[in-house]
Amino acid sequence: MEEQTYKVPTMAEMAAQNETPEVLFWVGCAGSFDDRYKKVTIAFTKILNKAGIKFAVLGTEESCTGDPARRAGNEFTFQMLAMSNIQVLDMYGVKKIVTACPHCFNTLKNEYPELGGNYEVLHHSEYLQQLINEGRIRTQGNQAFTGKKITFHDSCYLGRANDVYEAPRHVLESLDADLVEMKRCKTKGLCCGAGGGQMFKEPEKGRKDINIERIEEALQTGAHTIAVACPFCMVMMTDGLKNKEKEDSVKIYDLAELIAQAEGL
Amino acid sequence: MEIVQQVIFILLLAATGWLVARRVGVIGKTIRLGRDEDRRDQPGKRLSMMLRIAFGQKKMFDRPLIGFLHLAVYLGFVLINVEVLEIVIDGIAGTHRVFAPMVGGFYGILISFFEFLAVGVLVACVIFLIRRSIVKVPRLQPERHREMHGWPALDGKLILVFEIVLMIAILSMNAADSVLQDRDNAHYTQTGTFLFSQFLKPIFAGISTEPLIIIERFAWWFHITGIFIFAVYVTYSKHLHIVLAFPNTYFAKLVPKGKMDNMPVITSEVRIMLGLDQPQEGAVVPEHFGAKDVQDLSWKNLMDAYSCTECGRCTSACPANITGKKLSPRKIMMDTRDRLEDVGRNMLANKGEFVDDGKQLIGDYILEEEILACTTCNACVQECPVLINPMDIILQLRRHNIMDESKAPNSWNMMFQNLETNQAPWKFSPGDRLNWAQKLNE
Repeated sequence: MEEQTYKVPTMAEMAAQNETPEVLFWVGCAGSFDDRYKKVTIAFTKILNKAGIKFAVLGTEESCTGDPARRAGNEFTFQMLAMSNIQVLDMYGVKKIVTACPHCFNTLKNEYPELGGNYEVLHHSEYLQQLINEGRIRTQGNQAFTGKKITFHDSCYLGRANDVYEAPRHVLESLDADLVEMKRCKTKGLCCGAGGGQMFKEPEKGRKDINIERIEEALQTGAHTIAVACPFCMVMMTDGLKNKEKEDSVKIYDLAELIAQAEGL
Repeated sequence: MEIVQQVIFILLLAATGWLVARRVGVIGKTIRLGRDEDRRDQPGKRLSMMLRIAFGQKKMFDRPLIGFLHLAVYLGFVLINVEVLEIVIDGIAGTHRVFAPMVGGFYGILISFFEFLAVGVLVACVIFLIRRSIVKVPRLQPERHREMHGWPALDGKLILVFEIVLMIAILSMNAADSVLQDRDNAHYTQTGTFLFSQFLKPIFAGISTEPLIIIERFAWWFHITGIFIFAVYVTYSKHLHIVLAFPNTYFAKLVPKGKMDNMPVITSEVRIMLGLDQPQEGAVVPEHFGAKDVQDLSWKNLMDAYSCTECGRCTSACPANITGKKLSPRKIMMDTRDRLEDVGRNMLANKGEFVDDGKQLIGDYILEEEILACTTCNACVQECPVLINPMDIILQLRRHNIMDESKAPNSWNMMFQNLETNQAPWKFSPGDRLNWAQKLNE
């Protein structure tokens, strides 16, 4: 089989050639800089390439959406970042955005309109589901996950914040895996402990760390694969798993990585 | 003699009305201390939400057994009020069971139905009391949740005992009444036997007519006085939710839970800084940002505080609380209400004007440690059966702490700094944003 060369065009390159992409892939800070989540970015980029999507990224023109600043209470920094992002997005005439980060997703989708930025925003779980439904992703025939137990950890900013519960589950079902739910799932899902700026500070004094409470619940399902859909959840759950010394027997993957694996990418 | 009773009754009724009205006035006035916020859009959607969540108690049925028991108390409370109306008319006019001749044979069925509800209330309240005191449902225990120490824990039990006693009074009154009817006492209108109180008749059968009339009258007075006291008590207790659940669900947020309220003042500042707008002559720069006290919160946050019935579903779902942090969303609501009550008392004592008492919501009631522990996961918002939003208050308090007081953990200051200089929360060069792409074809 001919080896595919994967491409990541930037908006600037596209604009120079007078082209407009179908969709902007908003990579996010974790997707750009966090070593673990860069793998997710790469997996999702491969999927977009394989499916033949005309997409682009902002590259160095992308900034943080401002979510952690806003949640921490720093509205000035949030709005400065948001405004400059909106200027860049509008300069390129962006209409549709997909992102693998629920925090970016929530901010772009719900909070940018009030500041003048109006886009159709999708989380990559929703986008992947669309591609699967349209037959642009084919995972059939690959037995990698058949019958394997997978549990999905709901991200607060995807679930409760935006009522996206089914899309990530549909994506996992396409793997023909055995989806097992944790005791607290969907609307009752327990936070990983990173939201609201917690990712960037030490937790307050308590009996236990939140990610330990959550990883224990995930391990109780007996699944050897824990699926996540958020860079912060990925960090917190991975730390929890290390704490339990289970990183050899249990693996944590983002939805995009699982799909890429099933596609043999 | 009759006229004396009527006068006493009318005086009691008037006193109750006055006390309740005065209290409602204070509550309304303190809620209006809050910041203005328009929540009147999409009335159709709001109405249907109120009908589902408050009237239909949809969220209570997340836990079906509790939902069912709560429904019994709710229906009992609403429908038995029809009987209370009759009692009030009887009390004023000196009549006895004034509705009986009007509805004829149906009266017995009606009262039997009310007795059915009364027994439902009785059973539910006994089960609730057992859950609080013997089964010790964790979220209701002061040993586990410091905000429940003292009055809140007592309040919860008191109201249940209150309702149990009131229901026993209704049933005793009806049973004594039935026995007197059997003796063809002219004053006691024939109504036929009642569904439940007929089983209590043997208790009263051996008592001669004179003392029995006194017992029946006593039960009648006890019941109605109890209801009057209850009416006043409710306005001071956590039980305001029986009324406020309706407006509180009607005016709840209609946007996705993830969306934070924008601060337009800052938007105009930022637009000027970015050169998008010209500074306006004489534009008012706000004195402070976010909320440090109840007056800075929106009126809806304050209505939320009065609507809270301290059930603790929020706290039992809060990841910070579950893992032993000081944050409890229920405490956020109770503290907000406590502060509001203190402000209300202050205003009453100072001719309606609030006089600075050197206290504020953040610091004196809610601790910084509590609001710092929130992960903004929305679990508390999701859980509340009457759509209270504790997270909204937490985030407004954070805005005050950060923007007015510059009170942030060091690591947050680092994060802010990184965002301002590198446009990322971590210390990476913006020029390296696309470096990940180099590994794409490895």
